[in-house]
Amino acid sequence: MSGLRAAMAQLARNRLAAVGLALCAAIALVALAAPLLPLPDPNATAPADRLLRPGAPGHPLGTDHLGRDILSRLVWGARVSIAVGLSATAIAAAAGSLIGLVAGYAGGRVDGALMRAIDVVMAFPYILLALGVVAVLGPGLMNALFAIAVVNVPFFARTIRGVTLGLSRREFVEAARLSGASHATILFSEVAPNVAPVIVVTMSTTVGWMILETAGLSFLGLGAQPPQADLGAMLGEGRGLLFTAPHVSVIPGVVIFALVMSINLLGDGVRDALDPRLKAGALAAPGAATAVRRSGAGEPAKGEGLAVSGLVTEFASGGRSLRALDGVDFAVAPGERLALVGESGSGKSVAALSLTRLVPSPPGAITAGRVDFAGEDLLAAAPERLRRLRGDRVAYIFQDPLTTLHPLFTVGAQVAEALRAHAPLGRKAAREKAAELLEMVRIPAARRRLDAYPHELSGGMRQRACIAMALANDPALLIADEPTTALDVTVQAQVLDLMRGLAEARGTAVLFITHDFGVVSALCDRVAVMYAGRIVESGPTAQVLADPAHPYTAGLIACVPVLGRPDRALAAIEGLPPAPDALPPGCPFAPRCPHVEARCEAARPPLAPVGEGRAAACVKPLAGAA
Amino acid sequence: MSAPPPPAIEARGLTRVFGGGRSLLGVRRPGVHAAQDVSLAAHAGRTLGVVGESGCGKSTVARMLAGLDRPTKGAVLLDGEDVTARRGVAERARRVQYVFQDPIASLNPRKTIRQTLEAPMRRLLGMGAPARAARLDDLMAAVGLRAAFLDRHPHEFSGGQAQRIAIARALAAEAKVVVLDEPVSALDVSVQAQVLTLLKRLRAELGLTLVFISHDLAVVETISDDLAVMYFGRVVEAGPARAVYAAPRHPYTDLLLRSAPRPGVERLEAERGAADLPDPLAPPPGCAFAARCPRAEPRCRAERPELDEGGDDGARVACWRPLR
Repeated sequence: MSGLRAAMAQLARNRLAAVGLALCAAIALVALAAPLLPLPDPNATAPADRLLRPGAPGHPLGTDHLGRDILSRLVWGARVSIAVGLSATAIAAAAGSLIGLVAGYAGGRVDGALMRAIDVVMAFPYILLALGVVAVLGPGLMNALFAIAVVNVPFFARTIRGVTLGLSRREFVEAARLSGASHATILFSEVAPNVAPVIVVTMSTTVGWMILETAGLSFLGLGAQPPQADLGAMLGEGRGLLFTAPHVSVIPGVVIFALVMSINLLGDGVRDALDPRLKAGALAAPGAATAVRRSGAGEPAKGEGLAVSGLVTEFASGGRSLRALDGVDFAVAPGERLALVGESGSGKSVAALSLTRLVPSPPGAITAGRVDFAGEDLLAAAPERLRRLRGDRVAYIFQDPLTTLHPLFTVGAQVAEALRAHAPLGRKAAREKAAELLEMVRIPAARRRLDAYPHELSGGMRQRACIAMALANDPALLIADEPTTALDVTVQAQVLDLMRGLAEARGTAVLFITHDFGVVSALCDRVAVMYAGRIVESGPTAQVLADPAHPYTAGLIACVPVLGRPDRALAAIEGLPPAPDALPPGCPFAPRCPHVEARCEAARPPLAPVGEGRAAACVKPLAGAA
Repeated sequence: MSAPPPPAIEARGLTRVFGGGRSLLGVRRPGVHAAQDVSLAAHAGRTLGVVGESGCGKSTVARMLAGLDRPTKGAVLLDGEDVTARRGVAERARRVQYVFQDPIASLNPRKTIRQTLEAPMRRLLGMGAPARAARLDDLMAAVGLRAAFLDRHPHEFSGGQAQRIAIARALAAEAKVVVLDEPVSALDVSVQAQVLTLLKRLRAELGLTLVFISHDLAVVETISDDLAVMYFGRVVEAGPARAVYAAPRHPYTDLLLRSAPRPGVERLEAERGAADLPDPLAPPPGCAFAARCPRAEPRCRAERPELDEGGDDGARVACWRPLR
């Protein structure tokens, strides 16, 4: 399985985990090989040779108070400690996971009863509980093992229940019900395999702890019974001799430390490798601005608006570099509204984020091109300058207002903050201005809504608040990434109407990213169509829609149902867009194009003019060639 | 002449209340009526489109039709037979299947496509291994996927391919009715057209009855024979799709159609006021749309209209002041 191999590769890259793995493997190997090693009997007493110092002939680590060989006892003792720790982990994991699975899947009363029982177990200090179990069962290694397992069951039960709870509400579980699976089948053959990685991770991070607990009980004399050696018992036996013969207790102490430390390092490595949240490099902190690594800056563009030329943005992924943007050119004049249209993966959102270098770095980097805004090269600007620019001269609106708005601050406070970040404004004045902005975006009872939290507003109202924040400082350029896609159609109509009105009244330039030509018509005067990281066609909206020049544009228009024309045959574009790491040498649309010919596959056609104000990247454009 | 056959699937007065009941101290807790007194029917071989915006209860109704949820009140009938009281999901699943909105999430990430597709054949139809193998090839061909994909896992597929697999799973049970909840809204537009074309072809070839739930009016229009428009948990307009789209009778349907963006249309007609739904914990006594309705009169706010008997074209509306 490729997933497992990737996880192993990630584990090998983690240096600390590799150290842990090496140390752990060495200790385990020695412990496993104990019967084969030329070691003296660990339990053979020799009163004449008692308390020999390390380095004594025949006893490399010395002897204890009964003259037993410490090295031999260490090796055999580590064997016992590891066996008990692993067994206790396995038992706790099995019992705890079962409880967690059943509670999380069943929910309701079953969940309540099981988890309250777990709460009762957790209410006892764990060492007291372990002592209690041993007190009832009597001292002995097996009983200590059992006690430690019981004490750790709640930990597994709670973790696994949480994961199961989330999984059980997923659609594939309902789909399995519709496939005729019984609850038991669903739980053990649909849900459990998805929980397994979490169980493994939890085990790997607790086994060290369990070995420590075993040592603790043995140290107290409740675990391994004399003459059997385990690491905790050795520590306990040496306690009384700490000053006269420190090596008797220090050596097992060091071994316990090394063992648990190595297991924990390994466990953390396993967790990092298996946890999907950490896989995508979530632990790497991105910089304040996208890294720019271009060889030359090129010619500056003239004019007041936005001009993008030859922009290339790459993402590092698994040692390779994927081109999300592959030489993008477009311009937005002051007061113009340009739509960037494309399907997912076309690079339209990356283009929007690259403009003010909001693409996270690592893994992203801009490797070529220019972004000129009002005569300034943004790719050469300092991060502090970009920070001043964003939300002031250049503002963004994103698809999901809930990710833009902070859930713990009122809408009014957030709009006021957007104002105060860029203008010297007092609290009161900012609040007053915020109220005006909310009124401007037609939020009913705006003054009252200043003190509302984002969750108290409907989706449409939240997106209006985001528009208010974006327009707070009267930006020259507004970049909107699918701002209405998550909204209901009646709300979308209102928001589009609002954006159009505000942009017209204030002369704001708008870059509007969408996949919907209907939305484009309602808002934008020009449109640029993206495919596989490049713009394949651009021109005035009405002309492009009526008479597309690029076959991809034509396909995109023909495959969308149009309201009021139900009998129009939907001409689906067969196939899928190319993956960014497997772009064909010629036109990226050639494999799906109905008009393809040999020269299309030879070289990638550049964006060339096709008639007044229009351009297409096609060797034989469908329209406008005259 | 004999009586017309009963609808392949029918909802009669379906109501679903979430929450409610009493707290530990006996205080009455308000319940949310996700669906109220919803009646609709899809006839054999036809497609019923259900449209509405978020929170209108269309998904709740879809889940009750498929047996994934149990109605608080009302009945689900298959070919005229009341199956509401039957407890087992499996029995319903042999007759009604369901396609989810998010195709990737509806496939178990740890199972191969073969395992996913074989489950309904084995469990619902009791098919043996040779019969299953033959049927698997047919199914993959029917949804336009290569048989080589069978041994892959869901993460190796694009959204469109995964939705084809989900459709194949629904077909595997040989159910005659398929309920689809927003089956194309998570897909890119070029892929959406592929799936819609596939659904139309399968319906014709297999004589399926489809219940197609969506918020996208244009998508519903291309695929539906009949239409039900829902608002705030109730059906406000129902009838032959062509008639309703051509000349809506309910002001809400009219607003929906006017709000939908169309390529080439430069200005949308937007409502002026807030487009908010009423508070579900304190629903208004009259028509739920009255607060937004340009035609509302005092009666609309006081008294709730029921679906009428329908005009000449069969379009029924729940409105005191219908547009026609």
